Amino acid sequence: MDGKTIPQTPINITPRHKSKMRQLWEKNRYAYLFLLPWLIGLCVFTVYPVFSSLQLSFTNHDLFRPPAWVGLSNYVDMFTDNKRFAKALSVTFRYVLMGVPLQLSTALVLALMLNRGLPGLPVFRAAFYIPSLLGGSVAISVLWRQLFGSQGLFNQVLSLMGAVDLKNAISWVSNPSYSLYTLIILIMWQFGSPMIIFIAGLKQIPYELYESAQIDGATKRAQFVHITFPMLTPILFFNLVMQIVSAFQAFTPAFIVGGGRGGGPLDSILFYSLYLYFLAFSEFRMGYASAMAWVLLTIIGIFTAILFLSSRKWVHYES
Amino acid sequence: MQYSGKNRTGRTIRLIIMIVVSVITIYPLLWMLASSFKFETDIFKNMNLMPNPATLENYIKGWRGASGQNFGVYFKNSFIIIFFVVLGNMTSSSLTAFAFARMDFTFKKILFAVMLVTMMLPFHVTLIPRYIMFNNMGWIDTYYPLTVPAFFATHGFFIFLNVQFMRGIPKELDYAATVDGCGPIMLYSTVILPLSLPALASTAIFSFIWTWNDFFSQLIYISDPLKYTISLGLRSFMDATTRSAYGQIFAMSLLSLVPILIFFITCQRYLIEGIVTTGIKG
Repeated sequence: MDGKTIPQTPINITPRHKSKMRQLWEKNRYAYLFLLPWLIGLCVFTVYPVFSSLQLSFTNHDLFRPPAWVGLSNYVDMFTDNKRFAKALSVTFRYVLMGVPLQLSTALVLALMLNRGLPGLPVFRAAFYIPSLLGGSVAISVLWRQLFGSQGLFNQVLSLMGAVDLKNAISWVSNPSYSLYTLIILIMWQFGSPMIIFIAGLKQIPYELYESAQIDGATKRAQFVHITFPMLTPILFFNLVMQIVSAFQAFTPAFIVGGGRGGGPLDSILFYSLYLYFLAFSEFRMGYASAMAWVLLTIIGIFTAILFLSSRKWVHYES
Repeated sequence: MQYSGKNRTGRTIRLIIMIVVSVITIYPLLWMLASSFKFETDIFKNMNLMPNPATLENYIKGWRGASGQNFGVYFKNSFIIIFFVVLGNMTSSSLTAFAFARMDFTFKKILFAVMLVTMMLPFHVTLIPRYIMFNNMGWIDTYYPLTVPAFFATHGFFIFLNVQFMRGIPKELDYAATVDGCGPIMLYSTVILPLSLPALASTAIFSFIWTWNDFFSQLIYISDPLKYTISLGLRSFMDATTRSAYGQIFAMSLLSLVPILIFFITCQRYLIEGIVTTGIKG
């Protein structure tokens, strides 16, 4: 027994004459029985579709006619001839690169403040967490459309401060210069779930570290720079990867705020997923949409690779 | 540590900041709540949180819904889908997690890495072949594409959550059970499964909330208004309602959030434990 295996009998009496195949079978049969549903699902719903979509990306498949091989032309068209694709890329990049840092820095600052002990902590935690639970729903996107409409709450608050006149106020969601920012505010609003992960991470920092720092006369700021932040970097890294991956795939807010028919005013909120959806399910250009899916996979792959490679430089791992 | 005067001021400042931030985060929801009880003409006239005069008309009229279906149908449909998704996710992810957390087998490391990679995979890459596959099977406009995959542990997050939890159960229990003559199946069903109920609760709650909020897959697979879920129903209601029925839209949006809020209030502990176990020990 090597301590890791779960023995079949209290005393392991594997006879020497058992063949390798038989040993392998006995070691694995139960584990693979437990894994069976997952393995089937992995093959049918993930592995096969992944390869199939790669193959489709080189065709002009449209669901109705037999697909024809078009080589790289879907990819070439995307990067040379398709202005909407370029727009979708730039909108999505701006959304991810502004939204995620804003969301995570809000989460981090509030986690640090809450962690220092405050009365009513459960109430604050609940108030901050609720948006994360509701944020992905159609209802919240519907609300957002009204919130930033011409007579919405946002303009009402501005008019109270005398900043706008409600009679000829603009609608932030229908203005191409601002509509994307309303969605960035929406992702920022959902800072609660990374905040809770930050708080849990803060709780795991051993208190002795701060004690010895105090004995050495370290200031609060020095303690943050040399203890809190380094100890928190693994959590920051985790949050960063997860939020970037999910922000690249955002769909519902852009679909609902954009009215479900296009990418909002002048395509200003034409998220990547939204454009892919229109191509695949309104125009039935399944081959082209598959190529777009692979481009997205590559982009997300590059982002995570950069994060993982750079993590050696800034993420502190305990040995 | 003693509280010095400076500390107390810092504490008060922090408290004020917290109150301001929570008011800002919660205000939009309260505004929606208040608006749903206001007469149409009052909604955009003032941002007063007390509806005066108040009315239930938005709820009564809104409930009738659009395209001939009332919101009762949408709620019922969402609950039907969720029942199967929750059941599927709980059973399949718990079985898979048991193998990864408590057993030793060939290719364990590789398969676990594969599982982690599927968690990061954007859904777009599998979307179109899955759609074509379900289309060939005649499953379009049925609930099968939404429910069947759950029984095959397609959601890596739930496997991961259960693995993380099961790893925390003391290994000695396995040896004790084995000495008592338990095989892996007995070990799972009599020891590990009962002990991992908190993780299963988190699985159920997150499955519920995510399926309830899901819009994309319901949008592409369901087209018959009779089969509309709450997300689809709300969207078609928003499209069908004229400009002057914001009160009704708010009322129905708010109703659609009630099940999640109930879960949040009753099961906050499991929700928070769920994100913490997957976020921290990873």
